[in-house]
Formats: sequence, structure tokens, C-alpha cells
Amino acid sequence: MLIIKNLKASVEGKEILKGVNLEIKAGEVHAIMGPNGSGKSTLAAVLAGNQNYEVLAGEVTLDGNNLLEKTPEDRAREGVFLAFQYPVEIPGVSNINFLRTAMNEIRTYRNLPPMESKEFLKLVKEKQKLVEFDAALTNRSLNEGFSGGEKKRNEIFQLAMLDPKLAILDETDSGLDIDALRIVSNGVNKLRTEKNAFIIITHYQRLLDYIVPDFVHVLYNGQIVKTGGKELALELEEKGYDWLKEASKETELV
Amino acid sequence: MVKQITNTLFDQFIADFELRSLISASAETTELHTLRETAFEQFKQIGFPNTKVEDWKYINLTPFLKEDFITEPGDELSMTRDEVIAKAKIKNLDAYSIVLVNGQYLSALSDTIPGEEISLSSLSAATNQPSFKAHFGKYIPLDKNHFAALNTALFRDGLFISIKDKAVVDKPIHIIHIVSSDNNLFLQPRHLFVMGAGAALQIVESFISGDSSAMGGAKIFVNNVSEIVLGERAKLQHYYIQTGNENTSYIHHTEIVQEAYSLYNNYKSSFPGTGLLRNNLNVSLNGEHIESHLYGLYLAGGRQLIDNHTIVDHLKPNCQSNELYKGVMKDEAVAIFNGKIFVRKGAQKTNAFQKNNNLMLSKKAVVDSKPQLEIFADDVKCSHGSTIGQFNEDALFYLKARGIGEEKAKALLIHAFAYDVTEKIPIPAVKAYINELIEEGLK
Repeated sequence: MLIIKNLKASVEGKEILKGVNLEIKAGEVHAIMGPNGSGKSTLAAVLAGNQNYEVLAGEVTLDGNNLLEKTPEDRAREGVFLAFQYPVEIPGVSNINFLRTAMNEIRTYRNLPPMESKEFLKLVKEKQKLVEFDAALTNRSLNEGFSGGEKKRNEIFQLAMLDPKLAILDETDSGLDIDALRIVSNGVNKLRTEKNAFIIITHYQRLLDYIVPDFVHVLYNGQIVKTGGKELALELEEKGYDWLKEASKETELV
Repeated sequence: MVKQITNTLFDQFIADFELRSLISASAETTELHTLRETAFEQFKQIGFPNTKVEDWKYINLTPFLKEDFITEPGDELSMTRDEVIAKAKIKNLDAYSIVLVNGQYLSALSDTIPGEEISLSSLSAATNQPSFKAHFGKYIPLDKNHFAALNTALFRDGLFISIKDKAVVDKPIHIIHIVSSDNNLFLQPRHLFVMGAGAALQIVESFISGDSSAMGGAKIFVNNVSEIVLGERAKLQHYYIQTGNENTSYIHHTEIVQEAYSLYNNYKSSFPGTGLLRNNLNVSLNGEHIESHLYGLYLAGGRQLIDNHTIVDHLKPNCQSNELYKGVMKDEAVAIFNGKIFVRKGAQKTNAFQKNNNLMLSKKAVVDSKPQLEIFADDVKCSHGSTIGQFNEDALFYLKARGIGEEKAKALLIHAFAYDVTEKIPIPAVKAYINELIEEGLK
């Protein structure tokens, strides 16, 4: 589904991604771990099309389509979803109106008619329940005054509503207490199908107790330095990242 | 102060006044005749303001006044009632429609408001009414208000509304002001609304251009003056919806006088079109425990010049005022916000707040924002401030990352920006209408 080849990207003139290679197939969950500053969030931002990041080289395709030449909105319409690490508060835009607009923009792109109000509200209800998102929040302004946990849950609620092919969760676990973490993870697990894929970016192994990945990648210094199964996460939890840093340095020297 | 180029117009008004004064002497009350004479003397002294006058610093009126104008409107409007109403119609608003064409109240096109408690007529028909005699021309300092002085001297007609003590009008009154002319026209409508103690009223005023001048033909300059008096405990919700085409210029003076325990809310919105729009909105809080809220929204586009001057004058203790003006600036539009709050000596325990925020959508748009506070009392809570900014890039990206295209995303953010004002609008139909006008104005 997603193929990333030799992706290099910089922010404010500083190269952060230095040749990332990754392939993700439908039905898979990939975890990307790594120490601070290794480029995890940059990868997420570049995939979503954030203009603050400049792509220097490489290619990214989603089902064969070149993603990098598309606008952020077209990437979303093609089925890429980024759950933000820091969801933006937008007072004056109601959550529900925002979702309806997003949904209809995506549908128009796919040559589908706008969703009927009744059908839309039914879907809202259903997905609210699925991800345990408080109905009262749906009618409030987008993320305005939401707690950290509520914002993250709203991201998962949007994910459920928009039903993307590829969901990228950027440190969705950060700032969540154990209950919120469980709710968010349950939501994601319920949304997993044979047709979609997830990239879970996280710092800690904790989230991966709930969302069990098929692959774990370690991103260090802008490159994926190690890939393994879910047991790699446990190993990292135990040993930290230093042993990989050493290994990476040796490779560089060679 | 008279500029050379406006001399012709100035001379024309001198000639007009000779005639008007004769008519007035024979047809109007002595008080009114005297008032006109005094006002004209005043105008002759100060003339039209130029940019050396502090309050007119940012507006060069010369291009707007250099045309040859006729000062008496020609034939009545060629539109039918249905056409007029359709043009200004606010969907789902259940209201009494009152139609004024070129400042002239047309009862045939207007609804009748039932009951004895409200009297509504043309201003000229009301000059013998006690509330006219008690309030007309009493509140605007003519030495500082060039256009109000000219209007007082030369106004033809307008609307008069008086409602009795404790009267509550069941539905909003929707006043539709249409201007329309085949020749360049200088119009001077004049209105007076007087509310008795404890009375309650909602007035929605729409300003629109009629069809005849829409095609780039005649220029219409409107020098409009409204005086509004709220008796004790009276409540007025007052809306201005200002639209029009670019050949129309408005100088729009509204003078409000509030007595104790009264509430005045003004919701003012203006949209792309009208070439020049100068609003003077002055509120005198002339008693204790008064509340005044001024909410403004200007969406300016093209080469529009939008100038909002407000004065909130706290004369007595224990009053509250709150002012919020938001501007969305497109193209090469220029907006001026000049808000003044006075807290007079003795007006203790005053709460007075004022804010002006601007969202710039274009590099060529200009805003001059000048919030001012003058406080002569020592136990007050006051604040003022202004901001000028652009789109929040993070918010824009967030919306796009959900599949929302650039234009829709911006529209959402503009609505969100305006929301602080639009959410205050109590009548849902008016709120929806204004949101529609925003939508349209963004195109």
C-alpha cells in the first residue's frame, strides 16, 4: 500500500530524514520507535504534506500514486490520515461542522454525493460509541478547551469517521493516562481491518501492549536502523536505544 | 476648511439652504426652523472635513464629493414591493417590514404595525409629536460633526418611531433602506427613534442599493443621521446590515442616548460593495446601571474604504459597556477603526471594554486601528486593545490534513474568526443571513 524509498527531508535547512525506506501492506500495523529527535514526527509530517518540511529526495507512493506531489488535502482524500501529536484548537468551528465538511470534501473528490444528514448523524453516533467519545464534545468548538486526553480521543474519533486507508498516529499515547490509553487503543483495534494500515509512532513500548504491531522499526538519526517483530519493542524497553546508537555509529564508520 | 474641489457642492448647499429655509419657515415648526438655521451656520463655518481634521485623518473625501450631485431625489422607485422585499429579505425572519426609498418612508410598501403603543411615520409627519419636540436635534454636537450639521440643516425626511412606556413590540421591525437614482444624488435622510421607559424593541436595518445604479451609473452619496433615545429600563436590540454597490458612499451617524437601567445592543455588519462607508456610532450612557454592547463585523473587499468611529461616553456611575469589532480584509480594502471610551469624572464603578481584531487576507489591504480610553474617574475597570494578523498556519494545515481544500479551510477559519461577533446575534434568522453574506462576500 505505502512504499517509502530513500526519503530525505529537512526543516529550516536542517536535514532530519536521511534516507528512510519502508513498505507497508494493507492489514499491517507498523510501529516506529526511536529516541527524541530521531525524525519520527518529521516522517509523519512529511507524509501528511506539512509545508514546513522540505522533501530533498526520495519517493512515497500510496497504491502506486505519488504522494509527495499532492497537496495535504488531496493526500487526505486519497486516504492518508495523520492523528496529530498536538491537535490544534479552532474556536468557532464546531467539531461536527468540521467533520461534515471534511467528509463531504473527501466524498466529492471520490465522485460520491454528499452524505445525507440523517446518515451522517447515524454514523457520528455509531463512531462516538466505538471510540468512547463524549457526545457533548462533538457539538463544541473543535478541540477548544479539550483536555489533552479529549483531544487525542477526538483524533481517533475523526479517524473512525473518515475511515482512511493509512492512519499515522503521531505519539498519540503522549500525555494520556492509562484509562485514556486503553480507550484510544481499543478504538484503534476496532478500526483495524484487512484493508487499512497503521503507522504508530511512539516513544514507549506501553502503547504497543494494547495495539500489537506486526513490525517494529527503530528510527535513529533520520534512518531506520533496525526492524523486527513486536518483541523488538520489548527489547528496546529493556535495553534503551544506546546499543542501537552504537551500532549505527559503527555502520557509519564502515 | 473647505477644499477647493468641493466648493461647487458647498455653493450648491448654500443655494439649497436658501430654498429649504423658506420652505421650513412656512411649513415647519419655529423650533425646527431655528435648528436648521443654527446648523447651517455651523456647517458654513466648518465645511466639509479634510484630512487635517483628526477624525477624518485617514479619509480623503475629495474624490467622493467632486461629482455633480442633485440633492432632490427624482421619481420614486420603479421596483414593486415584492422586488424590494425580495432584495432585502431575510429568510425565516418574522418581522414587520418598513421600506424607505431614498430616505422616504413608503407606507404603501410597508407593513402596518398593529396597536396604539407604537407610532411609526415619516419624520416630516411627526414634527408636532411631543417626543419629537423633546428629543429631535438635541444630542449631536454640531460643531464637531460636519455632516450631521449639514444633515440637520438640509434633511428632507426619514423615519420616526416612538413607542410608549412599557410597550413591547412582538416582532422585530425590519427597516429596509434602499437608495436608487439615475442621476448622481446626494441624499440626507434623518431618523428619530424614541423609546419610552421599560419599552422593548428589536430593529433590523438593512441598507441596500436599488437596481438602477448597480451597473456603474449614478453615484449616490448618503449622509444619514439617526438619533435614538432609550428611556429608563428600555431595551433595544439594534442591527445594521450594510451592503450596497461601489457607487454608493455612506456617512452614517448614529447618536444614542440611554437613560438609567437601559440596555442597548448594536450589531453592525458591513460587506463588500459600498465604496465608502463611514460609521459614527456614539453612545451616551446618561444614567446609572446602563448596559451597552457594540458588536461590529466588517468584511471589506475591492477598494472599499470602511471607517468605524465609535464613542462610548460613560457619564454616570455603575455602567457597563463592551465593544468588539472584527474585520476581515480582502483585496485592496482599507479599514479604519477608531474607538473612544470616555469615563467622565464621577462615573465610578464603570466597566468598559473595547477590542478590535483584524484578519488580513491580502497583502494590499490596510487597517488603521486606534482604540482610545480617556478616564477621569479612579475606580473603574477598563481595557482596550487591537490586533492585526493573518491565518493561523497550523490551523490551516490541520483542516487540510482532514481533506478540506484551501478555500473551504480558509472560509471555515474566517467564519471562526467572525464567530465571536456572530454568536452574539440573538435572532437565529439574522445570524444565518449574516453568515450567508459573509460566505458571499468571500467569493
